[in-house]
Amino acid sequence: MSRRTIEMAVGTAGLDAYGKPVRAPLMVRDRETLTVDAPFEPELSSDHMLINIGPQHPATHGVLRLVLELDGETVVRCVPHIGYLHCGFEKIGEYRQYNQIIPWTDREDYLNSLGNNVAFVLGCERLFGIEITPRCTVLRVIAMELSRLMSHLVWMGTTCIDIGAFTPFLWLYQERENLYNLLEGWVGARLTTSATRVGGMAAEVPDGWMDGLNAFIRNFPKTLNESDKMLTRNGIWMGRTVGIGALTAEEAINCGMSGAMLRASGVAYDVRKDFPYLDYETYDFDVPVGTSGDVYDRYLVRVEEMRQSIRILEQAVQRLPDGPLNVDDPRVILPPKTNATSQIESMIHHFKLVMEGPRPPIGEVYVPVESPKGEKGYYLVSDGTSKPVRWRIRPPAFVNLSAIPRMVEGHMLSDVIAINASIDIVMGEIDR
Amino acid sequence: MPGSAREAAGLPAPSTPHHVPQHGGPENPSVAALRERFPAAILRSHVMWGETTVFVAVSRVHEIIAFLRDDSAHAYNYLVDITAVEYRDADQPMEVVWHLRSLPWQRFLRIKVELPAGAPLEVPSMTDLYAAADWIERECYDMFGISFNGHPDLRRILMWDTYREGHPLRKDFPLRGRFSRAEQLSQALKIDTSGGYSTVELSVAEAFNDLPEDMKQRLRDKRTAAGLSTPASDETPR
Repeated sequence: MSRRTIEMAVGTAGLDAYGKPVRAPLMVRDRETLTVDAPFEPELSSDHMLINIGPQHPATHGVLRLVLELDGETVVRCVPHIGYLHCGFEKIGEYRQYNQIIPWTDREDYLNSLGNNVAFVLGCERLFGIEITPRCTVLRVIAMELSRLMSHLVWMGTTCIDIGAFTPFLWLYQERENLYNLLEGWVGARLTTSATRVGGMAAEVPDGWMDGLNAFIRNFPKTLNESDKMLTRNGIWMGRTVGIGALTAEEAINCGMSGAMLRASGVAYDVRKDFPYLDYETYDFDVPVGTSGDVYDRYLVRVEEMRQSIRILEQAVQRLPDGPLNVDDPRVILPPKTNATSQIESMIHHFKLVMEGPRPPIGEVYVPVESPKGEKGYYLVSDGTSKPVRWRIRPPAFVNLSAIPRMVEGHMLSDVIAINASIDIVMGEIDR
Repeated sequence: MPGSAREAAGLPAPSTPHHVPQHGGPENPSVAALRERFPAAILRSHVMWGETTVFVAVSRVHEIIAFLRDDSAHAYNYLVDITAVEYRDADQPMEVVWHLRSLPWQRFLRIKVELPAGAPLEVPSMTDLYAAADWIERECYDMFGISFNGHPDLRRILMWDTYREGHPLRKDFPLRGRFSRAEQLSQALKIDTSGGYSTVELSVAEAFNDLPEDMKQRLRDKRTAAGLSTPASDETPR
C-alpha cells in the first residue's frame, strides 16, 4: 500500500487522498462550485494515525464511538461502534401488553416521543382492525407535526453548536421550550409523553390549548426566519457544509437512507406522500428535495420541512372536528370509571382489559411513518395472545448512520463532526 | 423517482388505507410475476391487513430478491428491513423476513423464508444487492444468531465482541440474561478494554508492523486473553 500525502491547504479547495476535491471552496455562486487545483503535493508521508471519538464526546450526540484512521487530517477509514445504549426494547416488548409498550416507544427516539407513540398505535390498530375517530386522526397529525418540529429544532440547535454557532441554539431551544410547555399542558409530561392508547389518545386537549398552539404557529416562523437568515447565506456555515458528505441519489437509495438524508440527495421519498397514513394525502404540503446530497442540502431540506410542518399544523387546526376521541370498541377501550366502580359487568370488563390486555387476532403488520429521522416502522407479529411475539422497530437513524464510513472517508477530521451532525442521530433509537 | 412508474402506468396516487380486511384484498402484482418466473421456489403467499407476504425457498431467496430489484417492472430498489421472527410455539419454524419497497411503483412486499427446527440458521446475505443490508444483517445475527452467508463483516453490533450469553432475542433466552448478576459483573470487570482494538478491523497493520516485537506480542496476548481471534496475518485487507 502506497503512502498517501496529506492535504496541505486546510480550508481551501483542494484534493483529498484519492485525488478528488473535498473541501468546499470559500466562494459559492448560484450553487456552482469552483474547484481549484491542489496547491502542491509535498513529500510529507507519515504513518497513519488512529484516533477515537466518543463514546463520551459531546459532538457524537450520545454514546457513539467512531474510530478513525487518519492520514494527516484526512480520514482514510472510519469504523463506527454502537450498542452502548442497548436496552433490549424489542425483548422487553415481548413481555408487555400492547398498551404497556407505548412508554418504551417514548424512550427510543426520545426527541420524537409523540411521533413514536402515534406510529406504534397505528401499527396496533391495523393489527386489531380498528378505525380511529376523525377527531383522533387530526389530533394525531398535530402530535406528529409538533414532534417533528421538536426533533428538528434540537437537530438544528445542536448542529449549530457542532459547526461553531451558539446563538441560534438558544433561539431554537426557546421555541422548543414553548412546544414542551404545550405538551405538558396536554399530556402532563414533556419528554416521555406516552400520549396515545390503542384506539385513541390518553387525554383530550384541555380548554384553551388550541389558542396556545395557534400562538406558537404564529410566532415560530419568525424565529425560524431569523435562524435561517443567520445561517443559510453565512460564509462560515457554507464553508463547513457545502460539498461535505455528499451522497448521490443511487447511493442514498441503495444505502437505505430515508428522511432528509434521502431527500437531500434528490429523491422525493416521503412516507406521508408515498404510503400515506392519518389522511396525510388530504393535506396540502410540499416535499422539499435537495440536489447535491451534502450537509448543506440536508440543512435546507430540514428547514423547509419545518415550514411545511407549520403549514400542516395550520390546516389541522382549521379542520379539527368535534366528536368522540376514542373508538367505541370494548375490546381495547376501558369502560368509564364511574361504570367500573358501580356495575359488575363494567368492572369485570375493566379488570380483564387491565390484567390480561387486549388480544389482537393472529397476524402481522408493518406500518411505516415519516419520523423526523426518516422512515420509522413498527413490525408487529401477534400469535393471538395479549403480548406481541415480535416487536421490531425499523430504526431510520440506525440505517442512516450505517453509511457514515462512506460519507466521511476522504474528508477532513473536522468534517466528520459536521457529517455526523447532519445524519440527525439519536442513540436511543440506534441502540434500542 | 418515487411514484414515477406508477404515474406512467396511469395508476391512482396512494391514499391512506381505511377498513383494511384481515385476509384477502388485492395482492401485490409482483407475486404473480414471481410465480411465473420461479414456479418451484415460491412456496405460498397471502395478503394480510393489506400487505402481501411471499414464502420462498431459502436456496433461491437471493436470486428472487435480485430479480425483484433489477427488473424494471418491479424495481424493489429500497431495502426497508431484515429481521427474524421466532414464535413461542417451538414447533413453528423460525422466519427470516425481508421488507422490500419499490420506490418507482410505491409498492411494499414482504419476503419470508422458514428455517425449521434443526435446519442450520443460514440465509444468503443481501449486502451485494443493498448496502443498507450491512448493519441490519449484523443486528439480526447479533440478536438471533442467524448467519448471513456472504456478509463481508458479520460480527456483533449491539452487544460487544466478547458477549458469551447467546443471542438475546431468541425465545429460549431469559429476559434477564443467561448469567447471574454476579457473573455478569465479574465478566465486565475482567474485560481488558485495550484488547478491544482489533488490528484487522482497523487496518492499522502498517503501524502494527512498525511496532517493536515485544509490543506486538503483548498486543497479541491481550487479544487472546480477551477471547478475540488473533489476526491470521498482519496484512491489511485494503
